[in-house]
Parts: sequence; C-alpha cells; structure tokens
Amino acid sequence: MKYISEFRDGRAAVALATQIAREASTGREYYIMEFCGGHTHAIFRYGIQDLLPPSIRLVHGPGCPVCVLPVGRLDSAIELAALPGVILCSYGDMLRVPGSRKRSLLRSRAEGKDVRMVYSCAEAIRIAVDNPGRQVVFFAIGFETTTPPTALAIREAQRLGLGNFSVFCNHVLTPSAIQSILNSPDVREIGDVRVDGFIGPSHVSTIIGSRPYEYFAREYQRPVVISGFEPLDVLQSILMLVRQLNGRRAEVENQFSRGVTRDGNVKAQALVADVFELRRTFEWRGLGVVPYSGLKIKQQYAGFDAEVRFAVQPRPVTENRACECGAILRGAKKPTDCRIFGTVCTPRNPVGSCMVSSEGACAAYYRFRRHVGAAALAVPQEG
Amino acid sequence: MCLAIPARVVQLLGDDRALTEVGGVRSEISLGLVDGVGVGDYVIVHVGYAISRLDEEEAARTLALFAQMVEQHEEQAGEVHQ
Ligand code: SF4
Repeated sequence: MKYISEFRDGRAAVALATQIAREASTGREYYIMEFCGGHTHAIFRYGIQDLLPPSIRLVHGPGCPVCVLPVGRLDSAIELAALPGVILCSYGDMLRVPGSRKRSLLRSRAEGKDVRMVYSCAEAIRIAVDNPGRQVVFFAIGFETTTPPTALAIREAQRLGLGNFSVFCNHVLTPSAIQSILNSPDVREIGDVRVDGFIGPSHVSTIIGSRPYEYFAREYQRPVVISGFEPLDVLQSILMLVRQLNGRRAEVENQFSRGVTRDGNVKAQALVADVFELRRTFEWRGLGVVPYSGLKIKQQYAGFDAEVRFAVQPRPVTENRACECGAILRGAKKPTDCRIFGTVCTPRNPVGSCMVSSEGACAAYYRFRRHVGAAALAVPQEG
Repeated sequence: MCLAIPARVVQLLGDDRALTEVGGVRSEISLGLVDGVGVGDYVIVHVGYAISRLDEEEAARTLALFAQMVEQHEEQAGEVHQ
C-alpha cells in the first residue's frame, strides 16, 4: 500500500529508535503527550513504547472523539432516537458507548428504535432522501477533521431542500482542548501531570494547518510536532520533540509535511465558518466545561439543527463512580489505575467511553498490554 | 473512526465524486473539500471525504531521510561488530 507500508518499515524504526535513545540520554526525562486517540492506538499497536528508552514517557491525551463526549449529550441522542418517526444516524463507535442508566444506542436499536450506523454523513443525506416521511438526525461527533464533511452535508441538505434532515452537532476543537490541559490544575498547580511537549494530530492539521498551535507553543513554552499516524511518523516526531527540548526550543514543527501546510485547507475552513459558530462553552468528558471549544450550527442553518428542531434540553448526569475515564483523559491516571479495568469493564462490556473505541486509552491498554507484566505497565507518570 | 488514509484517485465520477483505491480496495469518496484533484493523485481520506492532497515530493523527502538514517545506523552497527 503506497504511502502506508513504507512508513511501517522495521529497519527504519530501529534506526529512528536508536537515534532517539542516543539523543535522549541527557539525564533528564521527556514527558510527551500524544493528544489524539489515533496516536494512542498506533503507539500500542506497534509497541512504540517498547522501542523507546525509559527517559521518554508517553502521556495519553484526550483526543478520542467518542471518549470526550459527555454522557448528557449521548443521553440526548438516545432520546432523539426514541422519538416517533426518527431515524438516528451515527458513526459506528458511538453506538456502543454506555449512556446513563445502562442505556446505549445499540440497546435502543435492539429495542426496535431506528438507529443506523453510517460510515459517512453523505449516507445520512441519502437516507433522508430515501425516507421523505421520516425525520433523519445525524449525530455528529468529532474534531476538526470530521467537521467539514458535516458542513458539506448541511449545505447539500439545503441545496436539496430536505425538510427531514437535521444534525445534532457535537463537534469540538483540538487547540482549545490542549490549552485547557495546560491550564488545568493537574498541570499547573498540583503538578500531577507533566507535559513537556505535544504530538499533534496531522489529520486535524490538514484542515486547520499548523498555525493555530503557534500561539500556545509560545505562550506556554511547549513544543508541538504535527505528526502522521504511521509508526515511523510517530518515532520521527518524538525525535523532533527531543531535539527541541534538548535545544530549549518551543516551536511548532510539521513532521507530516506530505499532507499538512501552515495554512491548512482554506476551502474547508471557509465552509466550516459559513455553517458553524463557536459555542461559548462546551462540556468535555474529563476536561469539564471548556470555553470556546465546541461548535454549533449558525442561525441561518437553524432549519437543519436538531437541537432547535427537537428542542433538545441540556441534562446533567452522574457518571459511573468507579470509572476513571475523566482522569485518564486528562493524562492524570492510567487505565490500570481503574479498579474495574479488565474485570467488570472490558471492550465487550464497556462501562466507560475509554473502553469503547479502539482509540480509547483503556481499550488500547486492554487489547495490547493486558498480558504484559506489571512492571512494563508502570509507564507514564509518577504520583 | 478517526483514521485518515492516503488513497489514489483512479476515476473522476463527476459531481465532486471520485473512485479511489487503497491496497486493491476501491471506494467512492467526495472531493467536495479539495480543489483540482486529478486521476493518479493521492488524497488523504477521512469518513468518505478527501481532506487534503498528498504531496508526493514531500513524502519522498521524508522517506529519503529515513533511508539515510537506516544507512548510517547499519554502518555504525557494522563497525561495532568488527
Ligand atoms: S476501565 Fe472502564 S470504567 Fe475504568 S476508566 Fe477505563 S473505561 Fe472507565
């Protein structure tokens, strides 16, 4: 597979790892947070941690769109699916996430509600065209990468004059979340979480470019390397971060130069700006309420806003008390700190959202590290 | 759901749609978010939409850097063995 297999080459991985070990043997430690769940998955799948010297500590961040959605929003989606005549469409992973009172979209479907898994929001449009007598709601989640397709779908629905299509919008923004981690007491005051630098997700930056990180690299003096998702990409990014930290630099660098520019995809940005506006606040699982971190549909497209059409009300919920997803998403705990990890909570029977998607830290630990000895599990942070 | 993978455009279908191929598997995607893509180009695909083009020159540059590191590393390893 061109542009995939070359970036998984074992010999190059060894060469990169050797170089990292050489340059990271300065006596200090390097705490590097991979923001995105896609990177968490790659790190576990390819055993990247095992290739690295002990001075490199990888801290898993909150960038799994399924994991960060607060239960209240999922509950609202479950209620939308229960309305008569509604077809609720969603990306696959979302169906298995437990809502409150042991509900989930999968269970709703088993109970006869019309919940459909789609691969793309274009499919949801097609379903609306094919079912003029029904209301089709697209349950939209995801970061900047997934937002432009949703914007296109809304514009398409408008072009087609679809009166039976709407979007329940839960799109969120990456830079605001990273900033909230850097502002969190865990990092600033308590010092529980140490993050020296960030691996930034390349797919997000294909859209927003590398520029949005420049402000906080400067402001918070933390280097950021925009990284691809193949194992060699991740290793090269770690090397670039080690070099920045050794040289006391805090810059934004772009490892994924084959797909990311400083300015990003201007066409997609314009589309997003046309359809969406910032919410003043949005709640994240794990991070709490983060100012200006989520998007809502603009007034001029209100006809396609499921929150308006069905008068969705915010609902506070209490999460399962045993679940440590919140602290895990902030990088403050690791999955094995959770009392029910791997026993009550497994990918087949997830209690928290981090165990659902393959990008969730708990699911990645469970799949790839469960059998590794306890010593090897004691990775990211002290404290 | 969060993956974005490089795919080669094998056919333009009109109406901003295209047929792409990855490792022998073909799928239809939207080109609505990128301009000026032609047959033979590589694009990065996420949830059925091309979100950016893949710059083949930049990819070659990154790979050349890896090749150079492999060479250096294996040379040094060879020296140690001798
Ligand atoms: S193991 Fe399950 S319950 Fe524990 S933190 Fe992870 S997802 Fe939550």
